[in-house]
Amino acid sequence: MSQTKMSKNMFEPIELNLAKSEEIAKPSLTFWQDAWRRFKKNKAAVVSLVIIGLLTMMSLIGPHLSGYGYDEQISQHANLPPRISMLENISWLPFDGELEKKNGDVYNAYEQKNVDVYYWFGTDSLGRDLFTRVWKGAQVSLYIALLAALIDMVIGVAYGMISGYFGGKVDNIMQRITEVLISIPNLVVVILMILMLKPGILSITIALTITGWVNMARVVRAQVLKLKNQEYVLAAKTLGASNKKIMVKHLLPNLTGVIIINTMFTIPNAIFFEAFLSFIGLGLQPPLASLGTLIDDGYKVLQLYPYQMLIPAVMISLIMICFNMVADGLRDAFDPKMRD
Amino acid sequence: MVKYIGKRIVYMMITLFLIVTFTFFLMKLIPGTPFTNASKLSETQLAIMKEKYGLNEPVPIQYMNYLLNILKGDLGVSFQFNNVEVTNILMDSLGPSMVLGFQAIVVGTVFGVVLGVISSLRRNTWVDYSATFVAVIGKSIPSFVFAGLLQYFVGLKLGWFPVAFWKGPEYSVLPTIALAMFPLATASRFVRTEMIEVLESDYITLAKAKGASWFEISFKHALRNALIPVATILGPLTVNLMTGSLVVEQIFGIPGIGEQFVKSIMVNDYPVIMGTTILYSVFFVVVILIVDLLYVIIDPRIRLAGGRV
Repeated sequence: MSQTKMSKNMFEPIELNLAKSEEIAKPSLTFWQDAWRRFKKNKAAVVSLVIIGLLTMMSLIGPHLSGYGYDEQISQHANLPPRISMLENISWLPFDGELEKKNGDVYNAYEQKNVDVYYWFGTDSLGRDLFTRVWKGAQVSLYIALLAALIDMVIGVAYGMISGYFGGKVDNIMQRITEVLISIPNLVVVILMILMLKPGILSITIALTITGWVNMARVVRAQVLKLKNQEYVLAAKTLGASNKKIMVKHLLPNLTGVIIINTMFTIPNAIFFEAFLSFIGLGLQPPLASLGTLIDDGYKVLQLYPYQMLIPAVMISLIMICFNMVADGLRDAFDPKMRD
Repeated sequence: MVKYIGKRIVYMMITLFLIVTFTFFLMKLIPGTPFTNASKLSETQLAIMKEKYGLNEPVPIQYMNYLLNILKGDLGVSFQFNNVEVTNILMDSLGPSMVLGFQAIVVGTVFGVVLGVISSLRRNTWVDYSATFVAVIGKSIPSFVFAGLLQYFVGLKLGWFPVAFWKGPEYSVLPTIALAMFPLATASRFVRTEMIEVLESDYITLAKAKGASWFEISFKHALRNALIPVATILGPLTVNLMTGSLVVEQIFGIPGIGEQFVKSIMVNDYPVIMGTTILYSVFFVVVILIVDLLYVIIDPRIRLAGGRV
């Protein structure tokens, strides 16, 4: 260690003031400010949140941008690769409208078909614009995300709170029900429901409603069991607060962290489920598009027109990665154990 | 312990009974006919067919018959293949699925644990960040997308492994990788968190003070304790694998349970759908039970009464 010369004037006697010693130096933070401060530290999560925002916006306006409808078939324009007017001359970008044949020859599909149009993400085998369809598909995925979150927060939280708070017989019966529900493979319930109803967005919604909330209910119940013995609940009871008021005003705010973390981890699962069902043909039916059906369609022609699978595959991966990153960020922000 | 296991098995039975009942009545509600060429059949022929498969009895009697047959291990006869017993179909397709699932869970957890240990020991370095990146990718990309991409790039473009079918060990490489990504990602994240927590505990400091080698500390002291909670995620991971195998088997043309399930859904083959559902459910509850018991055995601090965490 290097020695530094210390002069006397570097030091200054501290003023001893008993009245001031109890003062809190920094402004106090609310629960949300505190969480937001910690969430902001995680750059990847913030970026992901911004991307989710952009994707949501694009999924709403994207289908109207290219001027082609999602079910509009132009058969002369079938299987055209992506081509974007400003970027087509940059050789390393895949937007030049060129395709590779099986023997390695490269040709321009637009020149070969003698059409002078621009399809930003190309077209599928029926000549439908993939740009419109991919954003339509993203719309479905985001709808599923919203739906899963709602189901978790409404049914899961209510079920868990009632079960945990009232305890006794109520809890016993409700727990037996969740135990059975959790032992049935999700997949089986979903597939059976979809078999009974018609495949489509409605049956996926119903299937998710049946299975989606069980995990949240368990987590919330465990948390309520811990919280309901706290002094502030006893105090509220003593002051004559009704059960409803205790649950909504006193317990719910203390559950916020757990609820948010759990919801965020349900969302990627739900998105995956919808894409998965659509991929095996039990989800949305043509001409509707979801990322799962687009990947399925693209997969069939993967050898000839790889872009038809790659674009929706990249899109769903991007959505999943962003939701996972945000979920990680929120867990770190809300979980008191992770506080640094 | 015996009482606990007994209680769990009783619950298991109730669950399975409910699942069987539920599937049976759902199957009765599904529109559509199981006979592929029904439109060509005359009234009498249809009646004969229904008679043959016992479909003309009242539903409660069909249900009782079905329950009794299940107890005998008889799941009925498939509609799509003439007179083949469902039990035989399931037995034939069980092999590839088991091999694939087992390989995927082993490969996934082993590599996941290694990755997790490495990133916890090199915390906040580029090694850690790239491991995190791999984990996020593995967790986010759906298995069927991953399977399709592997098939195209590694199988077709590079030609390293066969793209489809099930004729030997080399055929299982790509599907195993596709399925193993999710367990790998989950296990590596989990092990990393656990390891970091364990590495900060007092007995690690003590081991360091005693002059134990780096290898001994990380593997003998830290990893062993960090692995205990990993056992809990094995159950959910196996279940997740079952979902994944459904499509991965289809993509790679593997004659497994998943492929059979999807195929029978497409052609309304009720007995096979029900058989597969029951098989899946049995497998599922057994896995959960085993994992719970395992957890109790390796970590004596867990109170039995608490049940599943």
